[in-house]
Amino acid sequence: MEDIAEKGLQVVVGLAVFAAIIGLIMLVVDRAPKSGREKVQIAGFLAPALVLLAFGLVYPALQTSYLSFTDRNGEFVGLDNFVWMFTQPEALVTLRNTVIWVVLVPLLASSIGLAYAVFIDRARGEKALKALVFMPMAISFVGAGVIWRFVYAYKGAEQDQIGLLNQILVWFGQEPKQFLLDAPENTLFLIAVMIWIQTGFAMVVLSAAIKGIPTEIVEAARLDGASAWQQFTNVTIPTIRGSLIVVVTTITIGTLKVFDIVRTMTAGQYETSVVANEMYTQAFRAGEPGRGAALALILFLMVLPVVVYNARLLRKQKEIR
Amino acid sequence: MQRRVRQRLTSRTATAAAVIIAVIWTIPTFGLLVSSFRPEDNIKGNGWWNVITDRQFTLENYADVLSPGGSQSPNLLSYFVNSLAIVIPGTIFTLVLGAMAAYMFAWGRFRGKDSLFIFVFALQIVPLQMALIPLLQLFTQVLKFGDVQLLPSGTYAQLWVAHTIFGLPLAIFLLHNFIAEIPGEVIEAARVDGAGHSTIFWRIIVPLATPALASFGIFQFLWLWNDLLVALVFSGGGADVAPITQRLAEIQGSRGGEWQRLTAGAFVSIIVPLAVFFGLQRYFVRGLLAGGLKG
Repeated sequence: MEDIAEKGLQVVVGLAVFAAIIGLIMLVVDRAPKSGREKVQIAGFLAPALVLLAFGLVYPALQTSYLSFTDRNGEFVGLDNFVWMFTQPEALVTLRNTVIWVVLVPLLASSIGLAYAVFIDRARGEKALKALVFMPMAISFVGAGVIWRFVYAYKGAEQDQIGLLNQILVWFGQEPKQFLLDAPENTLFLIAVMIWIQTGFAMVVLSAAIKGIPTEIVEAARLDGASAWQQFTNVTIPTIRGSLIVVVTTITIGTLKVFDIVRTMTAGQYETSVVANEMYTQAFRAGEPGRGAALALILFLMVLPVVVYNARLLRKQKEIR
Repeated sequence: MQRRVRQRLTSRTATAAAVIIAVIWTIPTFGLLVSSFRPEDNIKGNGWWNVITDRQFTLENYADVLSPGGSQSPNLLSYFVNSLAIVIPGTIFTLVLGAMAAYMFAWGRFRGKDSLFIFVFALQIVPLQMALIPLLQLFTQVLKFGDVQLLPSGTYAQLWVAHTIFGLPLAIFLLHNFIAEIPGEVIEAARVDGAGHSTIFWRIIVPLATPALASFGIFQFLWLWNDLLVALVFSGGGADVAPITQRLAEIQGSRGGEWQRLTAGAFVSIIVPLAVFFGLQRYFVRGLLAGGLKG
């Protein structure tokens, strides 16, 4: 109890300090001299966020880029870390796995989510059906790791199975399988967890977009005799294109950074590691910050095209406005 | 008319497929829930679907993971409190600072506004992983007066600031989309009446943007609650500060065979996000996607 009171106090103090800072900013921007007031106000509103981003993202990104060219003693070693990454068999497995993740997860999560959204559109009990598939979004990757380790649990053939998947194998007369140990397919079983989590997100966003399609368009297509499939490809898909891009982008970025699932389910052993996990292992466990930084830099380069594409779309939209 | 459209679109195959997906998506969590109430020997002895014939339930697993007993105890209650203490301020800070910046990007008039906005959006590019080491160094070595750290280690402060920073690019982007859609006349009218930016922001923008603020707030809450990576780096690991996800990951790593603790522990850790989710889901996407997502 004492413990909880102390923690509560920390939170209250934290919130009070924050409120005081915000209050101070508002006071300053209101009292600024008339002549430069507009400028002071703009600066006052933007400065906290921009300062935090500069110190918390821009500076670290530059710092990490530099770090990736140094060894564990902080001495400059040129491209050694990158050479390590692209020559060591273990590091190559990590890169290969990341590519598999980033291809499969956005593709499958978006398509299953889209299919589900279309299937249940205006069906009875739509809300409940949505909630069931969306629910994994609320569960932490760590929690999901426990849930799925339980699904994949393995016992020898002579014992009762406690994992559902192995029980199903046994019911069909198969040998139980070590889902998480046998490379390379164990990576696919980890990917299934990520798809399980992300599908709900895709489904909810796309469902909202589908509901936003003007009924006249659907009605017109229907009167023209378009089949359900034709309506889907010629009306639905083009109309919700914007939302589809947002969904695929968000899931792709999330997948590239995925860390918790691998960390908690296999810790990256048995050839399941991905770049984000390996980066943590190298930098914080193996004492090789240079290698960790190099892996982070590679991650950055992989996310780059996705964000550049979206930034260009954004710019176009702004110009239209 | 509506009804005829409905009949055409919901064919039997589609319904069947939807039901199959719903079942696959729900069974894993359901299995865990059932297991967490089974006695230890049963959990380890046979599958949770055996409850159909063997109905034994207990609350012992929950009592075990929540009790603050000896050093071997999972002691989840303490970590649960930590999670709340990390997430609530972390969410509020991100919302307030994100909304302030979003407002200026939407309605301020200054040169280079669009470029700066795109730059902030593009910061999503920077993987968390890239920022962790330098930020940790910044907190522990640079931000201090003499020997006193401005954001002391072993408190929540570092986690709040780190989470706020990592949440800001997306917060600014999404809130901007919504705030930019607020009718310009409302803001112009206030300006003509002599209102400054702070008045406009607190009296007009915040009330009108409440749906967007609420739905982003919910998402941010869920993300922070579910975070493991930031926690691992900035918490120092002890029961003083570390969140429940971190403790759960530890139990999983060190005592992977203790299914009774894992199942109950996992449920304790997902109870808050699930409650938030089911309680507030109607606010979720409506507000968040109102702006910016037009095809």
